[in-house]
Amino acid sequence: MNAIPIKNNQTLKIQDIPVFPYEEFLELNTGMASDVYLHCVNYFGHLLDDHLRLYCCMADDTNGNILISSAVINPGSGLPIPSFTARHFAFHVFERELHENFGIQYTDHPWLKPLRYSHNRADLHSEIGNYPFYRIESEELHEVGVGPIHAGIIEPGHFRFICNGEQILHLEIQLGFQHRGIEQLFPEKKTLLQRNILAENIAGDTVIGHTVAFADLWESLCDFKAGDDILYARTIASELERIAIHTGDLSAICTDVAYQLGSAVFGRLRTPVINTFQVWCGNRLAKSLIRAGRNPYPVTPDIADALNRLFDAYEPDLNEMYQRMKTLPSVLARLERTGTVTQEQAERIGAVGPAARTSGLIRDIRWTHPYLRYGHIPHQPIVKHHGDVYSRTQIRKQEISQSIRYIRNLIGEIPGTGITNSELKAPMANAFVLSLTEGWRGEICHCAITDSAGDLILYKIKDPSLHNWTALALAVRNNDISDFPICNKSFNLSYCGHDL
Amino acid sequence: MKLQFKIGSVFSDVKILLHQGKQYIPDVTGVEVPGIFRGRPVITAAAAGAVAGAGAAAAENQELMELCPTGAISGDPLCIDMGKCVFCGECQKLFPHRIRFTKDYKISSLTRDGLIIREGQDVPVVPDPGLVRQEIRKYFGKSLKLRQVSAAGDNSCEWELNAAGNVNFDMGRFGIEFVASPRHADGLVITGPISKNMAGPLQICYDAVPHPKMIILAGTDAISGGIFAGSRALDRSFLEKYKVDLYIPGNPVHPLTIINGVLILMRCK
Repeated sequence: MNAIPIKNNQTLKIQDIPVFPYEEFLELNTGMASDVYLHCVNYFGHLLDDHLRLYCCMADDTNGNILISSAVINPGSGLPIPSFTARHFAFHVFERELHENFGIQYTDHPWLKPLRYSHNRADLHSEIGNYPFYRIESEELHEVGVGPIHAGIIEPGHFRFICNGEQILHLEIQLGFQHRGIEQLFPEKKTLLQRNILAENIAGDTVIGHTVAFADLWESLCDFKAGDDILYARTIASELERIAIHTGDLSAICTDVAYQLGSAVFGRLRTPVINTFQVWCGNRLAKSLIRAGRNPYPVTPDIADALNRLFDAYEPDLNEMYQRMKTLPSVLARLERTGTVTQEQAERIGAVGPAARTSGLIRDIRWTHPYLRYGHIPHQPIVKHHGDVYSRTQIRKQEISQSIRYIRNLIGEIPGTGITNSELKAPMANAFVLSLTEGWRGEICHCAITDSAGDLILYKIKDPSLHNWTALALAVRNNDISDFPICNKSFNLSYCGHDL
Repeated sequence: MKLQFKIGSVFSDVKILLHQGKQYIPDVTGVEVPGIFRGRPVITAAAAGAVAGAGAAAAENQELMELCPTGAISGDPLCIDMGKCVFCGECQKLFPHRIRFTKDYKISSLTRDGLIIREGQDVPVVPDPGLVRQEIRKYFGKSLKLRQVSAAGDNSCEWELNAAGNVNFDMGRFGIEFVASPRHADGLVITGPISKNMAGPLQICYDAVPHPKMIILAGTDAISGGIFAGSRALDRSFLEKYKVDLYIPGNPVHPLTIINGVLILMRCK
C-alpha cells in the first residue's frame, strides 16, 4: 500500500485515501521527507465522532504529484505517540497544531509549544498571556520583549530575544493574536459568496494568492472547468500582486536602513500598481476580483492598455532607483551578510517561497505543480544562494522584472470574448480536494473535505508564513539586535495568515 | 577624481528626484479616484425601478438581503449599513437598477447610525460638528497624533493607513501622524474585528493613552466584525465600554476616506 498521488487541484473520494496504522504512516511520510524535493505541504487532523483522522499531503516536486495518506488515532486515549518532528523538523508546526487543537501528546517532539491559541484548543487553561518562553539562566545575558503591539502600523506578535550584549543569541516568536477562527467559519458560512469573501480576508496583502487557491479548489470540487479567460485573468492578477507587494517591500527595506530616497521612491512606485487593481476591479488590494466559477472582471483591451502604460512608466523609475541603491556602501553594508539562512537550515525547517529560493532551495509551485496558465509560460524560478537580507532584496527586484515580462507577454494575446463557462455544479460528496498556489510569499495550500451530502465540513489553510517564521528566528541569531527590523522586513511574513 | 565622483552621485540623486516629479495629490479633499470605486451606495426606491407590483418589490428586497454576505442590506424600505458592508459590489452587479455605488469616498461618520444609507437617499454624508466631543474640539485642532492597534485585522486596513502617510497622500501635511507609543498619542485607531487574543493588549494600550483621548474605528471588520461577525474567536466587549469618536468604513479603508474622515475631527471648530 502506498500514498495516493493526485495533481494540484484534483478532487478525490475520501474512501480512496489509504489509511495506515500510525507507525507505518509515520515511517512513510518521514521517509519521503528525507528527499528534499518531497516536502510536506499540509498535515492536519479531522475530528470525527470518537476518532481523529490525520491527513498528510507530501508534494513531489520532481514529477508534480501530491501524495496523500492518512491514519486514524484516538486522541482521547491520552497515550503519547512518536512524532514526525523528531525525524524531520519541518513537521514541527503541523504537530504543534495537532497538539494544541486535539491534545495529542508526543513522546519525542522537541518543541511542543502552543502555536496560535485557537479558540477551539484542547486546553483552555493554556492562555496567550502565559506562553512558556525558552529561557537561559545566566548572569550575563538579558532578555528583550517586543510586542504584541509594535512601534508602527503593523500586525501584532510578540518577539522575545535573549541577548549577549547587543548580540542576539536566541529569538522566540509568539503568535496567535490575530486568530479570528477563519477555518471554522468556512463551513459555518453557508453561501459561496461568503466563503469567497472569507478567502479574500485571510491575508489582506495576499488577496489574489489565497482567493485563487480557494476558487481553484472550489471549482475542482464542483467539477467546473474554468475557461481560458478565467485562467488568464487570474494569472495576470497573481503576477501583479507579486509586483505590488515586492515594490512595497523594497520601500520598507530602505526605510529600515534609513535610506530616505529609496523608501519614498519605491513607496510611491507601489501606488500606480495597486491603483491599476482599482481601475480593474474597484479595490486597491484586488478584493472582489476573483470569484469561484466566474470571471467578474475580465481583462479587456482597456485593462491591457492600462497595464502596458503602467509598466512603461514604472520600469525605468524602478530600475533607476534600484541601480542607485546598489551603489551605496551605506545601504549595502546593512544588507550584505545580515540575517543569513543557510540552505541546510532552509531545508530543515521546510522554508518555502522567496525565503527558500534565496537560500538555494528551489521551491516554487508555479514551476513544480503548475496551475492557471503557468504550465505554458514557461516559468523558471529565480534562485539566490547567500540567504542574507541582500539576497532577499535582490530576489524582489528580479521577480518584479520577471513578473512584468510575464504580464507583458500575456497581454499580447487577450483571449477572445464569447468563451462560455459552464455552471458550477453542487460540490462532490465525501470528497477531499487540495489546491496549491505560489503567492508572493510562497506556497499557499488550501484543503477541503465534504460530507455525504456534499456540505463542507473541513477547511484547512496553510500560509507560507507558517514555515517561514522559523526562518526569521534562525536568521537573526548572532546578529546585532539593531538589525532585527531589517531582517524582519526582508521576510515580511504574515501574522494573520499564520494565526488564521 | 574623488570630488568628481561625489558630484556625480549627487547628480544621480537629483536626476531621480527630477524623474519622480511631484507625486503628492494637491487636493486630497476633492480629487477624483481613478477607475471603478465603490464608495457611498445609493438605493433606488423599489417603486421607481420595479415594473411589477409591491409583491415583486418585496421579493426583490428579500433576494438582496439573502445575497449580501454580511447582512448589511436590511429592512423595508431597504437600507445599506456601510459599517457592515464589505463593498464587494455583488448587489450592484445583480441588481443594478436598485443599487449603485458612487465614487464618493467621504463616507466616515461621527455616529454609528450615520453609516446607514436609506432607500432614495443620495446626499453626501455630512457630519454634524456639534457631535464632536467638547474636549476634542478644544485640544486637537492643529495636530493629531494617533496610535494604531491591529486587533486581528487582515493587514489590508493597516496597509492603507500606512499609505495615507506616503508621499502621494501625505496625511502629514495636516499634522496627522501615527506615533510609536500610546503615551505620545491623542487616541487609538483600531483595525480588525478584535480577537479574544488581542482584547487584553488593546485594553492595556488604551489605558496607556493620556486623557483626553479618542477612539477611531477603521474598516468594516473593526466597526461590525465584517465577515467575521459571530466568530467565537472574537471578543468585542471593549467597544461596549467606550464611546467611539469616528467610524471609517471600507474593506479596506481607502486613504482618501481615512484622511477626510480624520479631518472631520480636526475641522469641527
